[in-house]
Amino acid sequence: MEDLKAPSIDYAAVAPILILFGAACLGVVVEAFVPRRARHAVQLTLALLATLAGLVVVITQASTRVTTAVGALAIDGPAVFLQGAILVLALVSLLLMGERKLEPGGAFVPQAAITVGSEADERQAARAPGLTEVYPISLFAIAGMLLFVAANDLLTMFIALEVFSLPLYLLCALARRRRLLSQEAALKYFLLGSYASAFFLFGVALVYGFVGAVDLASIHTAAAESDRDPLLLYAGLALLSIGLLFKTAAVPFHVWTPDVYQGAPTPVTAFMAACTKVAAFGALLRVLYVGFNGLSWDFTPILGVVAVLTMIIGAVLAVTQTDIKRLLAYSSIANAGYLLVGVLASGERGLASTMFYLVAYGFSVLAAFAVVTLVRDADGEAGHLSRWAGLGRRSPLIAGLFTFILLAFAGIPLTSGFISKFAVFAAAMEGGQTWLVIAGVISSIVLAFPYLRVVVMMWLSDPSDATPTVSVPGVLTTAALAIGVAMTLLLGVAPSLLLDLTTGAAEFVQ
Amino acid sequence: MEYAQATGLLGNVWLLVAIPLASAALLLLLGRRADRWGHWLGVLAPAASFVLGLVLFAQLSGLENKSVELSLWDFIDVFSFKVDFGLLYDPLSAIFVLLITGVGSLIHVYAVEYMRHDEGRRRFFGYFNLFVAAMLLLVLGNNYVMLYVGWEGVGLASYLLISFWYTRPAAATAGKKAFLMNRVGDAGFAIAIFAMFAALGTTQYDEVFNGVGALSSGLVLAIGLLLLLGACGKSGQFPLQAWLPDAMEGPTPVSALIHAATMVTAGVYLIARSNPVFSANETLQTVVVSIGALTLVIGCIIGCAKDDIKRVLAWSTVSQIGYMFLGVGLGGGAYALAIVHLLAHGFFKAGLFLGAGSVMHGMHDQTDIRRFGGLAKHMRITWATFGLGWLAIIGMFPFSGFFSKEPIIAAAFEREGWTAWLFGGAALLGAALTAFYMTRLFVLTFHGKPRWTEDIKHPHESPALMTIPLILLAVGSVGAGFLLSTSVPDWLTPVLPEHGEEAHGVLSHTVITILSLLVTVLGAGGAWLLFRNGTQEQEQPAGVLVTAARRNLYADSFNEWVFERPGIYLTRALVFLDNRGIDGLVNGLAAAVGGGSSRLRRTQTGFVRSYAMSILTGALVVTAAFVALQLGWLV
Amino acid sequence: MEGYLGSYATLGLLLLAGVLFFTAAFGANRVLRPSAPADPFGKREPYECGLDPVGGDWAQAQIRYYVYAYLYVLFAVESVFLFPWAVVFDRPGFGVTTVVEMAVFVAVLALGILYAWRKNVLRWS
Repeated sequence: MEDLKAPSIDYAAVAPILILFGAACLGVVVEAFVPRRARHAVQLTLALLATLAGLVVVITQASTRVTTAVGALAIDGPAVFLQGAILVLALVSLLLMGERKLEPGGAFVPQAAITVGSEADERQAARAPGLTEVYPISLFAIAGMLLFVAANDLLTMFIALEVFSLPLYLLCALARRRRLLSQEAALKYFLLGSYASAFFLFGVALVYGFVGAVDLASIHTAAAESDRDPLLLYAGLALLSIGLLFKTAAVPFHVWTPDVYQGAPTPVTAFMAACTKVAAFGALLRVLYVGFNGLSWDFTPILGVVAVLTMIIGAVLAVTQTDIKRLLAYSSIANAGYLLVGVLASGERGLASTMFYLVAYGFSVLAAFAVVTLVRDADGEAGHLSRWAGLGRRSPLIAGLFTFILLAFAGIPLTSGFISKFAVFAAAMEGGQTWLVIAGVISSIVLAFPYLRVVVMMWLSDPSDATPTVSVPGVLTTAALAIGVAMTLLLGVAPSLLLDLTTGAAEFVQ
Repeated sequence: MEYAQATGLLGNVWLLVAIPLASAALLLLLGRRADRWGHWLGVLAPAASFVLGLVLFAQLSGLENKSVELSLWDFIDVFSFKVDFGLLYDPLSAIFVLLITGVGSLIHVYAVEYMRHDEGRRRFFGYFNLFVAAMLLLVLGNNYVMLYVGWEGVGLASYLLISFWYTRPAAATAGKKAFLMNRVGDAGFAIAIFAMFAALGTTQYDEVFNGVGALSSGLVLAIGLLLLLGACGKSGQFPLQAWLPDAMEGPTPVSALIHAATMVTAGVYLIARSNPVFSANETLQTVVVSIGALTLVIGCIIGCAKDDIKRVLAWSTVSQIGYMFLGVGLGGGAYALAIVHLLAHGFFKAGLFLGAGSVMHGMHDQTDIRRFGGLAKHMRITWATFGLGWLAIIGMFPFSGFFSKEPIIAAAFEREGWTAWLFGGAALLGAALTAFYMTRLFVLTFHGKPRWTEDIKHPHESPALMTIPLILLAVGSVGAGFLLSTSVPDWLTPVLPEHGEEAHGVLSHTVITILSLLVTVLGAGGAWLLFRNGTQEQEQPAGVLVTAARRNLYADSFNEWVFERPGIYLTRALVFLDNRGIDGLVNGLAAAVGGGSSRLRRTQTGFVRSYAMSILTGALVVTAAFVALQLGWLV
Repeated sequence: MEGYLGSYATLGLLLLAGVLFFTAAFGANRVLRPSAPADPFGKREPYECGLDPVGGDWAQAQIRYYVYAYLYVLFAVESVFLFPWAVVFDRPGFGVTTVVEMAVFVAVLALGILYAWRKNVLRWS
């Protein structure tokens, strides 16, 4: 038997992940021992501080380029950048989750296990403060995402996938209003998510069958040099990408997205739309750019078809949506298509533009969902689009900000949306993928229609009695909204601030 | 051409723009909370920029290479398209900074009092500071894109300020008119920038100027003409002059700062800044000279026939900027002469406008000079300062207009052959007419018998906050000309072409000096004789020329017939085409997308089993595709 | 019967034999049995002897069992990792770090129990 060796771990490099996991555990202790009244404040502070601490450590690690824990983790340019991105976006999402001014007790249910519609449920809906477990759960999810983008072998990647998915399934079920919808969403997400994980695991098995190892460096070597019949490798890659494309919400693995985005509590939807996207694309980038780079990108046409379908179907389906959260869900699907274009552009520029897109889109989508949390009536958030008619007359500021965000989604210049689309399309042109760019431009035109419809509705329709009021946001939502809008503007006006950063980070270690 | 990097104190050049910008943001964002003290913040910001400008000016004058560049960040950096967000502080921009912030500060002080009773005073100062920031950015940018950003910024501020009293239909219309006519010019300017980028791959000043020599003369001509179109739009030059007099609907401090002293001279700045481009093509220079000469005469003629105190001043601005265009068009040493005239004009024209505001203030916002008269006794300070401005603008020795205008006339006579007579003659004619209508304005307003409307009993002098800026600007009108004309040309040599040897034109310099003084005295004397006893209080029927002049030489009708009518027909035709053709296509496509969308939506059943089925099918297809790829079935 | 796939041939033979046996048995049954089967009382009940089933077939399980099962899994997983660790931790090169790491691992699991205890899920009533 081979001698066992204790692995050496570069603790400084993995510190952000450890901090987040530690804080999550601490959150569980807080939940168990801190009196109920103080919990919310303590938990929120703890979560924000932990995320901030993680971010600070990530920034100090900016120039780290190592693999550690026997090659299971790679802390390199993209990993550090994406970890930073996840932490920043998570910080803003946590602000949204922490808001308790819009609705007494916050957006989360006090006791998730109580039967919907029972007497006890009506009692708790009225006043009880919401679950505070959401903060440790979110911290677990964030930590899992940090691990996911740094995972350098497929098994670690799978573990990380599960670690961040399970908390998300839970979070989806915790909406205070429309609880049945929320629970249904969570169950769907859980079932389909496990289903997709199985594909991923199957893919790992097939790849192991070919390579005899699961770390990406060995896969790279084997893909490039092995003279055996690579059928297993290709089939394995197919199944791996299916598992990852599910998380990124690419067509035809997107079907869960609208239902889950609509059912989940809006802050959680925002968190998923911003952070999960970063994590999923981070892992996809690493698998394709490190592990399977040796296949010389001959699979581009297949994933290209997926990208085209994602862009077109996402955009076309967005046209007939009548619920704002479903509309944003389809927009998020279409954006996954644009991101795939960036991924398939290959090369350093594809990598850099994709990372830029992820951050820019994350901020915009957080701001968009922040606005969604504000437009409410007696039944909670007013999701149906017809209710948004005439909002511009009632609350010009909020409608103006939302218009700005929608224009950013539509890719109007001077917003980050324009720069990020331009960057991925330019990278794809350079990578010789003109057909993807053509499809992307067509889909952008289609997609502009539903955005503009909302804009027209808000500004040019007369407000009716059904037009909901815009609640006065608390400090936390205001901060989140302000950060999202400001970054959307800033990245549109001075994109080079971030473009330089992504270009500098655009190199994987093996 | 080489620019040095900004070091030390000069690294703070960006503050010049940032201070008024921050103040504007504060004033506009704080809302009513800033109503009580906002105007003082508004005054403080340009004043602070002015002090900083002085310090930096002193710093710059001690340097060997007087052109320093400060790159702040990459504004746009997409592949080969790079635009630096950078500032260029050189003698030309330094002197503009002093003009903008110096005159600007005085006008801000004046506006505190002038706008005292206006509810929107804080908003006014917000826009005003925004204008100052944009104007500073315009003159401080180190490339054409930055210039364009500032250019659009001042356009925006000007639009907001012209229609500041947006409840008045005339103000709102004037704002729109200014905006639209500026758009025409701006479009030309933008295309010029595109052309520059296409031909040279850059929009940085130094790189463009170094590269312009290698371009074909046709291309240089095209770029130059497009730049000129932009300059004409912003500076109210022929054929885009009609918006400027209407812009007087804005509050008087706006007319003084934006539509007299600074913004409208941006066109002159643009041409002076681009002097390597304009000097590279002789046809181009001739076009500029012609436009300058034509506009200055048009402005004078219309100015003679107007009875509204601010409109007369506005047409005189059009005409004086015509002189500046004449100067920059003549090229060579005349570039600096035009800048000298621009600076001198900034002082006396701002003074005149503020004086007009002071008169209006005392006369219940009356602007018709036929209903003034005899105000000299009641408004001593306004009378005195306005008088000094008047002497300056007509070019009387030894006031500033003499030192700044006369050299341009002389330079016009230095051209070769018959063009010397043409342009020199036009400039002399302009001088005579200027003397005539400005004297008419002055005499009708301050002298003769009162012809006031019934509601005015005792016109009063304005308070100190308004008169102090008047006095300071009057001092400038007296002294600035001599000082500027002796020092500025040398100061500007690194940027603008040097003043060459005294050329021998068709007339000697002394003769021209005497001639120009003579026509000035004749014009002024004629007006004095005609109008010293006042005038009719109503408009009288008049000959062809006067009627034409009253109608702005039919420029508005011309615009209507040549641009508006065909534009309307074209639009109608396009709308027809659009409805029938393009909309049909678009609607058809939209219907197809909508239909496809509704059909696709049905696949979204909400059942996990069908979702799982969809995922499974997708997985099978993707895996099959990968396997087929490996087996070589997909090529 | 050589090589990697050869051993599967044996399996294939076995499967074939199974199918054959099954077909033969049922075929014999069909040939030999009487053509008109008897239908006495109780023939079509789920169970031919014992108690008749009562109530619906979707019985609700007590949620508490679930919690206990869950806690048991927690410990089971823990011991799966503890055994191999116990074998190697005193070898050279492992030492204190290894002990601390395992302590962290156990502590994390203990945290779960702590949480369950504080949330009163361990009390059966």
